[in-house]
Amino acid sequence: MIYAALFYLIAGLTVFCALGVALSRNVVYSAFFLMGALLGAAGLYGFLLADFVAVVQILVYVGGILVLTLFAIMLTHQIAEVEVSNRSVGRLPAAILVIVTGVGMGLAIFRAPWHTAPSGEPPPTTYGIGEAFLGPYLLPFELASVVLLTALIGAIVLSRRELRD
Amino acid sequence: MSHPIEVGYLRWIVLLPLLGAIINGLFGAHIQKRLGRGAIAAIACTPVAIAFLISVSAFFQLLGLEPNQRFLLDDMSKWIHVGDLKLNLAFWVDPLSCTLILVVTGIGGLIHLYSVGYLDDEPSIWRYFAYLNLFTAAMLTLVLGDSLLVMFVGWEGVGLCSYALIGFWYKDLNNATAGSKAFIVNRIGDFGFVLGMFALYWCLDESGQGTLIFRELAERVHLISDQKVFGIAAATFITLAFFVGATGKSAQIPLYVWLPDAMAGPTPVSALIHAATMVTAGVYMIARMSFLFDMAPDTLAVIATIGTATAFLAATIGVAQWDIKKVLAYSTVSQLGFMFIAMGVGAYSAGIFHLFTHAFFKACLFLGSGSIIHALHHEQDMRNMGGLKKYMPITFLTFFVSTLAIAGIPPFAGFFSKDEILWKAWSSPHGSGWIWLFGSMAAGFTAFYMFRQVFLTFFGEYRGGQAHGHGHADHGHAADHAHAVHGGHGHGQEPHESSKVITGPLVLLALGAILTGFLNVPGALGGHHIFDNWLAPVLQAGSHGAASPAHGAAGAHGVASELAADVEHVAHSVAHDPFEYILMSVSVGIALFGIFLAWLVYEKKAISPERFSEVLGGVPYNLVYNKYYVDEVYQATLIRGTLALSRILSAFDRWIIDGAVNGAAAVVRVVARVEGAFDTYVVDGAVNLVGAVSLWAGNRMRAIQTGHIYSYLYAIVIGVAVVLFVRLI
Amino acid sequence: MIEIGLHHYLVVSLIVFLAGLFTVLTRRNAIGILMGVELILNSANINYVAFSRFGGGGYDGQIFSIFVIMLAAAEAAIGLAIVLGIYRKFETIDVEATDTLRG
Repeated sequence: MIYAALFYLIAGLTVFCALGVALSRNVVYSAFFLMGALLGAAGLYGFLLADFVAVVQILVYVGGILVLTLFAIMLTHQIAEVEVSNRSVGRLPAAILVIVTGVGMGLAIFRAPWHTAPSGEPPPTTYGIGEAFLGPYLLPFELASVVLLTALIGAIVLSRRELRD
Repeated sequence: MSHPIEVGYLRWIVLLPLLGAIINGLFGAHIQKRLGRGAIAAIACTPVAIAFLISVSAFFQLLGLEPNQRFLLDDMSKWIHVGDLKLNLAFWVDPLSCTLILVVTGIGGLIHLYSVGYLDDEPSIWRYFAYLNLFTAAMLTLVLGDSLLVMFVGWEGVGLCSYALIGFWYKDLNNATAGSKAFIVNRIGDFGFVLGMFALYWCLDESGQGTLIFRELAERVHLISDQKVFGIAAATFITLAFFVGATGKSAQIPLYVWLPDAMAGPTPVSALIHAATMVTAGVYMIARMSFLFDMAPDTLAVIATIGTATAFLAATIGVAQWDIKKVLAYSTVSQLGFMFIAMGVGAYSAGIFHLFTHAFFKACLFLGSGSIIHALHHEQDMRNMGGLKKYMPITFLTFFVSTLAIAGIPPFAGFFSKDEILWKAWSSPHGSGWIWLFGSMAAGFTAFYMFRQVFLTFFGEYRGGQAHGHGHADHGHAADHAHAVHGGHGHGQEPHESSKVITGPLVLLALGAILTGFLNVPGALGGHHIFDNWLAPVLQAGSHGAASPAHGAAGAHGVASELAADVEHVAHSVAHDPFEYILMSVSVGIALFGIFLAWLVYEKKAISPERFSEVLGGVPYNLVYNKYYVDEVYQATLIRGTLALSRILSAFDRWIIDGAVNGAAAVVRVVARVEGAFDTYVVDGAVNLVGAVSLWAGNRMRAIQTGHIYSYLYAIVIGVAVVLFVRLI
Repeated sequence: MIEIGLHHYLVVSLIVFLAGLFTVLTRRNAIGILMGVELILNSANINYVAFSRFGGGGYDGQIFSIFVIMLAAAEAAIGLAIVLGIYRKFETIDVEATDTLRG
């Protein structure tokens, strides 16, 4: 009972914050709502017994990506002008399109015959994920590191001032 | 194969030379500047020496085990685990690979040491030693790898390093070309290797038993006995593919052409390539996979034929060469042919034994020739040598001993190994009299050209510095002039014996050339086949001649005492197959005849060499002198063929296609002139219409390309929504 | 109250996805669009982990979600670097203003 209530609380937080990101007038508010949504998602991972993913979510997303986003906001705006710069237009057609898509996806969710296999309590995941990364997923794992390296170099090249203009 | 004994030290046999290569390769220039050449040499030679010591200790550990348990494994790490393919980066030592690593590290180490003296005037020895160490490491990987893929890593590494070393003096275009030639020819062979590897895995995978690890292959290989690839038996196809790989590395017909050119590199490199590494790779690989080759008698027949042809043709080519290293190069090709004969008749251990003894005397010959070349300031033409016996006694002695060994004169090493092969070629169920006949003739040629080399180089009087004619064997002077010429030869100083760093390895190798033969004294001469018994657990099928398996169980002490007993027994041999004695004496007789002939021609000068060259109108001589025109044939067929094909295509392009276009244009022009008015109004109008339509459509379509992200996004999302609903409804 | 099952997570994920989609469609601010993309990626991640939990499989879903997080990090780094570049060039990050590629 408490379990279910907690789930609804966290799910509600996630949904609320996600909508906040979408609808907020102020881009800084959007960013903080995004943080809420990311934390909520991390909570959901916890509910799904994916403790490692939850920790990675908080570390990388909240700790890394979000801070990066905030920095970008600070660097590109005078905070005073956020009202203007965060305008959103075309809300009506967008809303219609989103609702139509949502209905389609909702139908898909409830119509599809999901094969759920109720699993027992799985062991702590960190060990298994580590094994998997250095075993069957070694190649993707290595590729991922190459991608990250490339992204790193790319970001540096892109933001070097002398290359602009 | 029983359970392997896990040991942790085998990896260092490979890693130490690799470490030396890395240190010298990355920091060598700096070290050479700061600490001098000695430091470079020490960094290069020490790892190989330590690797040799490790190999020796592995050897003794093997000796202490039961014959069927002789198997050490060093599982370094997981490497590739994908699906059913499970490969580890693992090294193993069994009697076969143990023999090879002893050769590679032992002889390779001596060559390292020798190089220190040989390249004393080379400015960038750090580069040389880095390559040399890398070469050794690659060869050791090839030998020690416990699976085909690890072996392939070494296989490729050896090819790469040979490229680097042959083209070491890259500023001369010829050297760089020779390096490229070696590399490219090897690539053709490597393709065969890869193909064989894939086919083997694929065939085994059919029955869910895919593997590339040798010891597992040996157990599972019977599974492919019924399979067919492209209509021929899978085993035959796979072994043929592997054999193509072996011909590339081991310089057999048709891929031997790179080896003589490989002389372009520094002489110690030639010695390393020819004696201890690289060329033995193909022989080793076939022996390693002997269980597979035994399943394919057709392939064995091909191998024996190619081996015989190579042994014979290369030996005849060797007769007419003037370059001291070229002669040795063709002799290597020829001796490799002998090894392949052994492989082809299923006498694997005889082949490996010849590889083993050959490593000693060929390394000694090459290093000896290097010593001469060094002393004569890079003179390689034998017509400018002669009489060196006096100036370089140690070089002469070692060279002479090795020559006796390669010529197959008892009791030197080459006699035992070569005779064993010839006997197997005759007696084995896969063999035949023809192989024996041509093999013996090749041995006779070998004796002839090797002694021709000895007589030209060491006997007579020194011809360096004189104006030498371009005739063949310019022995114009009477013996009493011999002392008169010393003052006047061109290099301004007499040839002198090389330094100890050069002669030391020579002496050791010559000792090897004398003694190693006794390791495998045949039963016919009262021996015990120690070497065969040693290899027997690995090459069960190959060692028909392993007389008494009980001897294999002997420990280190036992081997030593057997060795002593064998040396004793050679003299008063016990009765065996009488025919073996006949063949043995025939082959020794042929060799002696070859030597006698060489003596007649080049020392006694009773027969002038010109007379030989004019036999049958000089055709055979020219054929041989020009190496059967194989390079020219390759040039004419393969390379020209490719060029001709491109030229045909170009001509096709120029005449047919261009012609069609031009013709069409001409027709259009005529038609246009005839129907000018029609043209102006209708055709131009149509063209303009098409243009106008394009412009109009483009103007409409460009509206899509708004440059705004959200419009693209709308398009995407609408598309997704449509697809979604189409799927749902 | 019914047991919390797969559908619950899918619905949450759907709403987060739609919110992200709406953000991406309506924002004219490049950083806002990137935030919408993050939401979409998160909804996909929730799906992955939920399927991994209820599908009876091993760690595969979780591992994919980690790959997604990794890619999101790379995407954010590159995306924000591009945004900064755009800002220097156009003095704004309004995507309507940056229509140099218009046909």
